[in-house]
Amino acid sequence: MAKKLRAIIIGPGNIGTDLLIKMQRSNWLEPVWMVGIDPDSDGLKRAQTMGIKTTSEGVDGVLAHIVADDIGIAFDATSAYIHGENSRKLNELGVLMVDLTPAAIGPYCIPPVNLADHARNLEMNVNMVTCGGQATIPMVHAVSRVQAVDYGEIIATVSSKSIGPGTRMNIDEFTRTTAGGVEKVGGAKQGKAIIVVNPAEPPLLMRDTVHCLTEQQPDEQAITSSVHKMITEVQKYVTGYRLVNGPVFDGNRVTMFLEVEGLGDYLPKYAGNLDIMTAAALRTGEMFAEEISKGAITLPSRNEGRIEGDEK
Amino acid sequence: MNLKGNKVTLHDMSLRDGMHAKRHQISLQEMKDIACGLDAAGMPLIEVTHGDGLGGASVNYGFPAHTDEEYLKAVVPAMQQAKVSALLLPGIGTVDHLRMAHDLGVSTIRVATHCTEADVSQQHIGLAAKMGMDTVGFLMMAHMVPAEKILEQAKLMVDYGADCIYCTDSAGYMLPDEVTEKISLLRAQLPAAVEIGFHGHHNMGMAIANSLVAMEAGATRIDGSVAGLGAGAGNTPLEVFCAVLQRMGAETGIDLYKIMDVAEDLVVPMMDQPIRVDRDALTLGYAGVYSSFLLFAQRAEAKYGIQARDILVELGRRSTVGGQEDMIEDLALTMAKEKGLR
Repeated sequence: MAKKLRAIIIGPGNIGTDLLIKMQRSNWLEPVWMVGIDPDSDGLKRAQTMGIKTTSEGVDGVLAHIVADDIGIAFDATSAYIHGENSRKLNELGVLMVDLTPAAIGPYCIPPVNLADHARNLEMNVNMVTCGGQATIPMVHAVSRVQAVDYGEIIATVSSKSIGPGTRMNIDEFTRTTAGGVEKVGGAKQGKAIIVVNPAEPPLLMRDTVHCLTEQQPDEQAITSSVHKMITEVQKYVTGYRLVNGPVFDGNRVTMFLEVEGLGDYLPKYAGNLDIMTAAALRTGEMFAEEISKGAITLPSRNEGRIEGDEK
Repeated sequence: MNLKGNKVTLHDMSLRDGMHAKRHQISLQEMKDIACGLDAAGMPLIEVTHGDGLGGASVNYGFPAHTDEEYLKAVVPAMQQAKVSALLLPGIGTVDHLRMAHDLGVSTIRVATHCTEADVSQQHIGLAAKMGMDTVGFLMMAHMVPAEKILEQAKLMVDYGADCIYCTDSAGYMLPDEVTEKISLLRAQLPAAVEIGFHGHHNMGMAIANSLVAMEAGATRIDGSVAGLGAGAGNTPLEVFCAVLQRMGAETGIDLYKIMDVAEDLVVPMMDQPIRVDRDALTLGYAGVYSSFLLFAQRAEAKYGIQARDILVELGRRSTVGGQEDMIEDLALTMAKEKGLR
């Protein structure tokens, strides 16, 4: 077994905790630190009981330990507002950053579409788009790799219990970022994203609908085959990712109806929208770790001298 | 019931909710003609956008004949006295659309969320209030939760800056007692400066009765639409409501004959189908389903051979909410598979 890439997780909330549980099973990543800001938070206490080092002083509380603990990668599950600083400080220490916030400083990463390129190019900050983006952009790409897509539209329906106050307070960020991903990574000329929140009890599984309008008459056979292949690719890291219906062909419209069931690690199974984010982030970290282990890419050398100068 | 001397602001929906019934294909000329007719009849407030609000243009809800911008540019400058409102559903439209509507002269913005999800409206209500717009919090599918929950969510919207709260019967499900209970609680518990509104659908034949009891319970804004042009069996038909209010001695400021003429001469002739309580519209009300699902369910029936009524009842059983139009084709496909039709 190759040496695991050592990791920190920033943000001990639902996403950070779920990611930690998944990472403890990983063959490629080893969680070392959980970084929070509230010493009394449940999330930090949970991380301690799971045998992880913790700090409640934010990213500044872990900077001095990066070299000694040989940290190679960080996962930021905080907010767009502070991600920029977190990323700058850790990148300077030669730590890769996987961004689960909507900050999107780095390129969007949808694992089955462009992760291999990002790893090869050693992108030091990659952004995981949104839950809706992770669930739907692979499908847009599955169509656009067969033939040109003029317009891609996704509708993500999530249970009320599975979306937190951050997303609620800035729901426009979800629609904008997801639509951007549908274009930049999905390959649609124009993208549109819609999110619907449903409070039904018991909570519904995440549902996603993907509509593509192709430039020419759709090649039904090639698209159907491409879609099924892509479903299998996503299922490698999100086992509960399912094509419920479709692809449906109606003129130039191609539609896929999807359902995402989570693994139920820390988050309940209905929260497939959160699970697909943590699973995709983990998959991203693992791919970088594999490439480093193979010697295909090398993390930048630590530049300790610069930190002190930069801090004040 | 005594509504004598009661003052009410009527708000026409035919050019927004009516877009559902027209598959969002109302022409610019039709929009302008109807809006001018309503303006001349004394209608104080007219809503103009895609049926699903600003930014609703989509495969999911239907692409409109013209953009929101084009409709607003055609209507707003033509108004003599009427103000124009726009609907915005967070998750579909964004603050960018809100700014666009404001810049085009829209004076009232109605930010709509499902009745339990008011906290997705903070940025939109906050911005509209900051820009000095008449800002309405619009709680949809209000039949799905008890009055106390509606009040809790209404208070959030008031905190964000809304100066009017709507109890919205999107499914046309409510009976008068429920309207009375919900509106009364809102009126009793929200600050006096906050107006209360009611938006009805006629799916159970209750739109007029519900609107009257809403006024009796303290609502001062009532939505309706000329000739009832709206989703499902339509909204409260405004020419009828005006006649009823006139008989009761309430004050609408609207010329009854003029609004009757707009209904008969302009709106009815452009209807693609009669707006009435037919089997499927009644099912919407009976099963508590979002009214704009009607035509989608009928199209799914035509395509997949599953009765629209069966689809709508199942959507109700699954507690679908506004905006989940994509579930209709999905469900029809699943039902067709189960029946061995596909």
